[in-house]
Amino acid sequence: MKTFIVVVFAMLVTSANAGPVITYDFASAEQEALFNKLSDELRCLVCQNQAISDSNADLAKDLRDEIYAMLQQGKSEDEIVEFMVVRYGDFVLYRPPVKPITWLLWFGPALALIVGFVVVIRIVKKQKQAAAVEISGADIERLKALRAESPSANNTEDGKV
Amino acid sequence: MNQETKTRSPLRRFMPLIIFALLVALLAVGLTLNPSLVPSPLVGKPAPEFELPVLDAPNRLSRPVRLNTPGKLSQTDLQGEITLLNVFASWCFACRQEHEAITQLSNSGIRVIGFNYKDKPEDATAWLRRFGNPYLVVAQDLDGRVGIDWGVYGAPETFVIDHNGVVRDKRIGPVDATYIQEKLMPLLQQIKSEQT
Repeated sequence: MKTFIVVVFAMLVTSANAGPVITYDFASAEQEALFNKLSDELRCLVCQNQAISDSNADLAKDLRDEIYAMLQQGKSEDEIVEFMVVRYGDFVLYRPPVKPITWLLWFGPALALIVGFVVVIRIVKKQKQAAAVEISGADIERLKALRAESPSANNTEDGKV
Repeated sequence: MNQETKTRSPLRRFMPLIIFALLVALLAVGLTLNPSLVPSPLVGKPAPEFELPVLDAPNRLSRPVRLNTPGKLSQTDLQGEITLLNVFASWCFACRQEHEAITQLSNSGIRVIGFNYKDKPEDATAWLRRFGNPYLVVAQDLDGRVGIDWGVYGAPETFVIDHNGVVRDKRIGPVDATYIQEKLMPLLQQIKSEQT
């Protein structure tokens, strides 16, 4: 039983790490970090919910090679991102740029939150108003006068005016 | 109180229903969209520069394409005439589906050029011999490097390139009757009207 559990857990661990094995030689740690950052932030177009770092798709491998080659040529992060966007569009970016067409995407949630707040505030205000219906001084006087006039009604219809 | 709200705005009572209907409409539209269709940023831009060796493909009985550099296809060869650049491969199943439509387009006189993507030359040749060769010329992109420049992320894909060498449309997935009727034919007419 013990061995069985160990084997099951070993299988779980291997399946969790089933991403592609990357074997690149980097000139420096910074270059490697940049490579990892870029391949984590660029989307694989074949399997769209994966970054090109963890996709086994053929195209993802090609794009990793491409990023590696560009880093070897000394290209900057911006240049590499630009290279990808020119070819595949903003879609390759997991973090799309802020521009008119993406305004709703970026500011939509905040907008929805503000609208929600406004609605809630209005509802609360209205309920308060409804609860605090003011009775004018003249009405109170009339009420007193009516009660004084008919003491019998005062007993049976208490409060109903 | 109740009377008052009713007379103030009848719309108010239906507000939740209206919001619900809008949400349903939004989600319904979302369901009909295909997320695997990524619009190409190349549309409206000149074809990217490239130079690829030409496959020694089984010949079709048609006019040859005059290449600026013999044995090589480059973006300059795409100019002068409306061209369909069809990305295909022998390993691609959907390419077989669209093969008939591509052949019909080619037979109707449109210049159709093949872009053999990440394929082995002998496999591509065998495929063309078996199903027929609709292409006037076939460029070989063995390692897919030029495919990246074209933003290719699968096969089949088809680029419509106008007489000036500008990419006008990109079809992702097989070319079918619906695409030809609703998109390609109006576009070809539009390009022709620009030519005159």
